[in-house]
Amino acid sequence: MPQLLLELFSEEIPARMQNGAARDLERLAADHLGRAELTCQRLAAFAGPRRLSLVVDGLPERQLDRTEERKGPRVGAPEAALAGFLRSTGLMREDLIQREGVWFARLDRPGRSTAEVTADIVPLIVSGFPWPKSMTWGAGALRWVRPLHSILCLFDGHVVEFGIDGIQSGDLTEGHRFMGPQRPFRVTSFDGYRTDLESHFVVLDADDRKRRILAGARAACARRGLVLVDDDGLLEEVAGMAEWPTPLMGDMDPAFLSLPPEVVRTTMRSHQRYFAVADGEGRLAPHFIVVANIEAADGGALIAAGNARVLAARLTDARFFWSEDLKRPLETRLEALKGVTFHAKLGSMFERVGRIEALARAIASSVGADPEKAASAARLAKADLVTAMVGEFPELQGIVGGYYARAEGVDRAVADAIRDHYRPQGPSEPAPTAPVTIAVALADKMDTIFAFFSIGETPTGSRDPFALRRAALGVVRIVLDNGLRLPLGEMIAATRFDGAGVMAFFAERLKVLLRDRGARHDLVDAVFALGDDDLARVVARVDALAAFLASDDGTNLLAAYKRAGNILNAEARKGALPQVQARRPGGPAAEVGLFDALQDCRPRVEKALAGEDFAAALSALARLRAPVDAFFDGVLVNSPVAAERDNRLALLTEVREAMGRLADFSLVSG
Amino acid sequence: MTASKVLSFQDIILTLHAFWSARGCVILQPYDLEVGAGTLHPATVLRALGPKPWRAAYVQPSRRPSDGRHGDNPNRLRQFHQYQVILKPNPPDMQALYLASLETIGIDPKLHDIRFVEDDWENPTVGAWGLGWEVWCDGMEVSQYTYFQQVGGLDVSPVSGELTYGLERLALYVQGVDNVYDLAFNDPQSPDFKTYGDVFLENERQFSAFEQEQADTDMLIRQFHDMEALVPKLLASVSRRGQPLVLPAFDHVLKASHLFNLLDARGAIAVAERQSYIGRIRDLCRECALAWVKLEEAGA
Repeated sequence: MPQLLLELFSEEIPARMQNGAARDLERLAADHLGRAELTCQRLAAFAGPRRLSLVVDGLPERQLDRTEERKGPRVGAPEAALAGFLRSTGLMREDLIQREGVWFARLDRPGRSTAEVTADIVPLIVSGFPWPKSMTWGAGALRWVRPLHSILCLFDGHVVEFGIDGIQSGDLTEGHRFMGPQRPFRVTSFDGYRTDLESHFVVLDADDRKRRILAGARAACARRGLVLVDDDGLLEEVAGMAEWPTPLMGDMDPAFLSLPPEVVRTTMRSHQRYFAVADGEGRLAPHFIVVANIEAADGGALIAAGNARVLAARLTDARFFWSEDLKRPLETRLEALKGVTFHAKLGSMFERVGRIEALARAIASSVGADPEKAASAARLAKADLVTAMVGEFPELQGIVGGYYARAEGVDRAVADAIRDHYRPQGPSEPAPTAPVTIAVALADKMDTIFAFFSIGETPTGSRDPFALRRAALGVVRIVLDNGLRLPLGEMIAATRFDGAGVMAFFAERLKVLLRDRGARHDLVDAVFALGDDDLARVVARVDALAAFLASDDGTNLLAAYKRAGNILNAEARKGALPQVQARRPGGPAAEVGLFDALQDCRPRVEKALAGEDFAAALSALARLRAPVDAFFDGVLVNSPVAAERDNRLALLTEVREAMGRLADFSLVSG
Repeated sequence: MTASKVLSFQDIILTLHAFWSARGCVILQPYDLEVGAGTLHPATVLRALGPKPWRAAYVQPSRRPSDGRHGDNPNRLRQFHQYQVILKPNPPDMQALYLASLETIGIDPKLHDIRFVEDDWENPTVGAWGLGWEVWCDGMEVSQYTYFQQVGGLDVSPVSGELTYGLERLALYVQGVDNVYDLAFNDPQSPDFKTYGDVFLENERQFSAFEQEQADTDMLIRQFHDMEALVPKLLASVSRRGQPLVLPAFDHVLKASHLFNLLDARGAIAVAERQSYIGRIRDLCRECALAWVKLEEAGA
């Protein structure tokens, strides 16, 4: 079946946008083809530095013919209305049909050829393409990510003719910018396109480029007995920066390895996009892998040497910053933090450090840390922001401070806390476990949350400019992973902030985390409704509740709770519920049984709760199940005798209260 | 056509002049005011605005007082030289032209790794931004390549393509030298050979001290206020032919911009004030841009 091939050939597309562009092209093409009722067997897009390509296999030659019925005016409507309908349909009166007093036109819509449809669709896709940032060029009006030079569009081997802002579609493309013949060549099918590109030194598929980079880089390392340090993010990026990726090994002066490995790696990675290389023991080796875009006649010797010179200049700068920074102890840099604005409404970084220090000191003993060490680490934690090294490498904040602190001979736990207090920064980074670090990391994050909440800068929808959600998730992970017993209220109380809105915000974050771990978010709501602000306890309750509700007893007790709730709510709507305590009735047996069961259950629940044994508390509640079921089966709540009715309602209220000690079951779904 | 011998610093400039002259550019002299970048020359900022075609190339000494290192750092200068090309509207083969210009100064793209790496350029003080790339040669940034989208806060049409070559970096690369002061300024075979250091080292030493240590900040602030007051007055005044004095007004915007850079290098601007200063210069620049566009459209 016929194939559609499209290539949008432009100047260099930013690497970070390529994958998204390929997915957008697939989505838009599928949408437009689908709307045109054209089905296909395979649709795939590819993105690279200079081209965005699409292949659609198994398309029909044309759309199916369709018959469409259009409703017209009523029979007997004014002549003008009928005349208008005839004009719009292009039919004569005798072509119309009459049904139930209304004129209908039956229109035959012959299917259009897929090529015709394509000629309409592609300009729509191109002109509405959702680039994160786009531009115009020359005197034209078309927007694209960078100037668009040519469009190749073939259906079943033939050019689909159309023009977009002066660019006429055709069947030509170009290969590599510098390698090969550098003349446009003709394309007839996707397979030919792919192989001919390859012979013109262009690898179409980003996955193939990645494989080529990894294979080449690993081979270059292996020849020297070294190992490539894997870096998926960098691999993704460099695969978008070369059409003919050619990994080369370059060398550096081993003397640079006296710099912290993070500094060397960041220089290589973020400034130069080089892969790091390690020796057999995993230590950084004095080499790097650069992924060039050409295979040069000299085997890349000039390129490797040129890159090595650039790296040396960068590392020389870094060494200069390192030695200059070390001339001043961190403590003396605090003054300079007064000149760094944290936020216009929240004052300077210096003021923020004061708050973090106070909070870290206040919570230290609750997390098993020495308050003085926690305070001293908090005071120095942000000092590296005004060092030359962090000025040059902002992503090394914390790490640089940790090195400088150690070099100054600061206490090890304090230096580690300075280094690690930003953790955990992503889902893959573990939460800190050292007590002093925990105190500073919590204080840092809580201060951010409290401060921004205090000025109303709370996250909304997808907007979270101050990354408060990440901070809250960090707090939750630190608390849970370390089994900390640190109520949120206690932390709020240690600050000058009122913490308004913070509890609900944490409930939301905890829900997200627990949902990611497979927990039901309604259970989190049910437990949070009790107002407990001890995150570890909340989670223990949720876990116990989940296990309980998965059991037969749990399901039935929940059903009984809902039934009791429905009755009580219905009665409450009629008038106030009786404010009486249930007493032991003379009968019937089922009512007596429930009263006795409640008497027996309540102290057990309380005892278990006091010991925070939520599973035990829930199994105590489970003992209510049979008596509650029997009660509903054998007792008429709405007794005509008022005293009986009141006592029965009181019993149900007590069941609800007993269960309410564990969670608000009314928020549990199912 | 690969250059057979290694070019001196001035030969690189002369070669680029010849190259761009042959492609229809007017070859201009550096603007005779202190500026931080070649973009600020009115031949770029103002000429990028309005409907008229324009092609120009020139060298612009660019003063960055904060980057001064007293002549001690082999890679950092408080004044360096940009080779600036502006093509309006940008021709469709502008990338090819740029690459050909690199070949004329001795960078063979079949032996070196030339890359166009995403870089969204902006200059907030003149309200200008565009999309383009840093151009890398074997991992070193040698040029900035931009398609202007806005200047003076105004959308531009047609779009200008701007090329900014970092002349010192290119020369370091072409000559294979590690220290900027060791660059051959003229032909090493010439009877009076001069290095870059012979020509500029003393300037770096004296101006670093002036800009970072001696400049009188009270005076600079006064002068900044003077410039700020003068620009609107000039825009409201007219020449004998009735044209508003946009060009003199723009000169004073440039002076304000340099005064700001000096204040910054003296550490006299608090972080919180920075945005406000930049915003004030940008507003002045915008007024000039609006007046210039009006003038150009009237004369188009």
